[in-house]
Amino acid sequence: MTRIDATFARLAAEGRKAFVAYVMAGDPDAGTTLALMRGMPAAGVDVIELGHPFTDPMADGPTIQLAGQRALAGGQTMDRTLGLVRAFRERDATTPVVLMGYYNPIHARGVGRFLAEAKEAGIDGLIVVDLPPEEDDELCLPARAAGLAFIRLATPTTDNRRLPRVLQNTSGFVYYVSITGITGAAAARSAEVAPEVARIKAATALPVVVGFGITSPDSAEAIARVADGAVVGSAIVGRIGEGRAVADVLDFVQGLAAGAHRA
Amino acid sequence: MAEDLVNSYRTGPDEAGRFGTFGGRFVSETLMPLILELERQYVIARDDAGFWAEMDDLWTHYVGRPSPLYHAERLTAHFGGASIYMKRDELNHTGAHKINNVLGQIILARRMGKTRIIAETGAGQHGVATATVCAKFGLKCIVYMGAHDVERQAPNVFRMRLLGAEVVPVISGRGTLKDAMNDALRDWVTNVRDTFYCIGTVAGPHPYPAMVRDFQSVIGRETRAQMLAREGRLPDTLVAAIGGGSNAMGLFHPFLDDAGVRIIGVEAGGRGVDSRMQHCASLTGGRPGVLHGNRTYLLQDDEGQILEGYSISAGLDYPGVGPEHAWLHETGRAQYVAITDAEALEAFRLCCALEGIIPALEPAHALAHVAKIAPGLPRDHLIVMNMCGRGDKDIFTVARHLGIEVRA
Repeated sequence: MTRIDATFARLAAEGRKAFVAYVMAGDPDAGTTLALMRGMPAAGVDVIELGHPFTDPMADGPTIQLAGQRALAGGQTMDRTLGLVRAFRERDATTPVVLMGYYNPIHARGVGRFLAEAKEAGIDGLIVVDLPPEEDDELCLPARAAGLAFIRLATPTTDNRRLPRVLQNTSGFVYYVSITGITGAAAARSAEVAPEVARIKAATALPVVVGFGITSPDSAEAIARVADGAVVGSAIVGRIGEGRAVADVLDFVQGLAAGAHRA
Repeated sequence: MAEDLVNSYRTGPDEAGRFGTFGGRFVSETLMPLILELERQYVIARDDAGFWAEMDDLWTHYVGRPSPLYHAERLTAHFGGASIYMKRDELNHTGAHKINNVLGQIILARRMGKTRIIAETGAGQHGVATATVCAKFGLKCIVYMGAHDVERQAPNVFRMRLLGAEVVPVISGRGTLKDAMNDALRDWVTNVRDTFYCIGTVAGPHPYPAMVRDFQSVIGRETRAQMLAREGRLPDTLVAAIGGGSNAMGLFHPFLDDAGVRIIGVEAGGRGVDSRMQHCASLTGGRPGVLHGNRTYLLQDDEGQILEGYSISAGLDYPGVGPEHAWLHETGRAQYVAITDAEALEAFRLCCALEGIIPALEPAHALAHVAKIAPGLPRDHLIVMNMCGRGDKDIFTVARHLGIEVRA
């Protein structure tokens, strides 16, 4: 059983919702990212989403754009991102790590080489924003063959006609994007999200977590209540951008996790 | 035209939007249903005579098509070789080829019931064309333009605002054309119901590269008919400038299956195509990658991070190139070369002095390559270069390079 599947099975057995936290690799430096990753499981994070920076993050709002720029300014490379996961795995063998980013840095490295290195480093799954199911031959199918989960985004524009195609090769969990828009923009409304999550769950046995627009323990709780978990990215990354200490950021993460786990 | 479609260069893209391995649909899930719907609606419009009748009427009475095919006799004499013709798309309303495509997309947007048009622009020519057509049809228009370009292209910013468009200076990334495209995509992903994204070149996710090419192909179709009428045969060589590559694809596409027609695309070599990356020559100095919805040649580093190009011409200042050009490059059907700033400026001066035509800096690059090849070709060799834009917008840039101060 993969780390992702084991984590969701354990949460289901405990009757708890998942809390997923995003952090950008190398923002503002590798030491900060590693300290945050190492502190996250104790703060209540069930799944870590590790962003890899890209110069042209078309689906991201200003907060994550700036985090990527800080990471790139600090010299972040794919070698360093993989190195972070290896270092994290030295002390944590159970918390799933999902790499999130855009296709070109993977394309440039070569899909075969990247997948072998990612698996070896201890990455469990991939979220690649600019690879819809129409492009599954590129990375999704090779990733699954290499034993990595390929986690797909479903969105408010994914209608019922299209949903089966989106779910077809998805593994690990489904990430429902709560709004039409970019990361860190509008607030997610649980009343609108609930029927959408129900619609997706009716079509798949995979857990459905919800992200985009969750900024507080209360909103994490409200969203987690209507889904299998909540994802927070920009609100955490924004605090890193303000130069807060690692301990302060982890305090904030702990509050969000507690919110999601209250649901 | 080739009867044998198996060996045709004109049948692409395939159903997945691919030209060979290039092109595709590399967009977020939120946008995927939108581009599928756009493709569906475009195919309906493309096969509807009524759609083209509306286009033809506006091309004739609003844009001023057909544009002339002009024999540049003094340049021909000056170079002392091949006979040089210019396709005069700089005479179009708004001063460039951009409006050919904008008209098509806006008519399609109206058919789709979209009320809000967004566009990206670099030098401002596509932004002005979009603002123009939106004004004509009473549509809301928002143009994303790099903050740096807003500063250096002030006259075009003012034009767009006069035409009723909202110009949004883009400060994300490095505030250039590619960042303007990123912000336009971010707008589209946010405003999915009422918004139509009018892309200015033969790039982006399928169906944009094919759709924009089809709208720009009026250039090549006219050229073909005009040259047959004038010389009784097809041209021997076509030359056009390439940033994203829409004017070039428009000229080239109707000739792709004419094996006797040599096809040359001219990229912006900036200060020279070498490791310093002070150029915008994606095909001659880049390698394949994925950006803005398609796989194509890109300026990028070893990590797959996109690099900023440099060119004297803001219209060529894009780190990618249309995927069909990438495919034509790899198949060898078209040849791609680079011209430096200095060579383009010399061609610019020559064109003003000998033909009384002030070219935009983009076609000045194409003319600079004509200057290189024409002297070595026989007098009966027919070259067509695409004069895709007029130089009004560039006089301040050129003056600065000549060390002259001109006040707007």
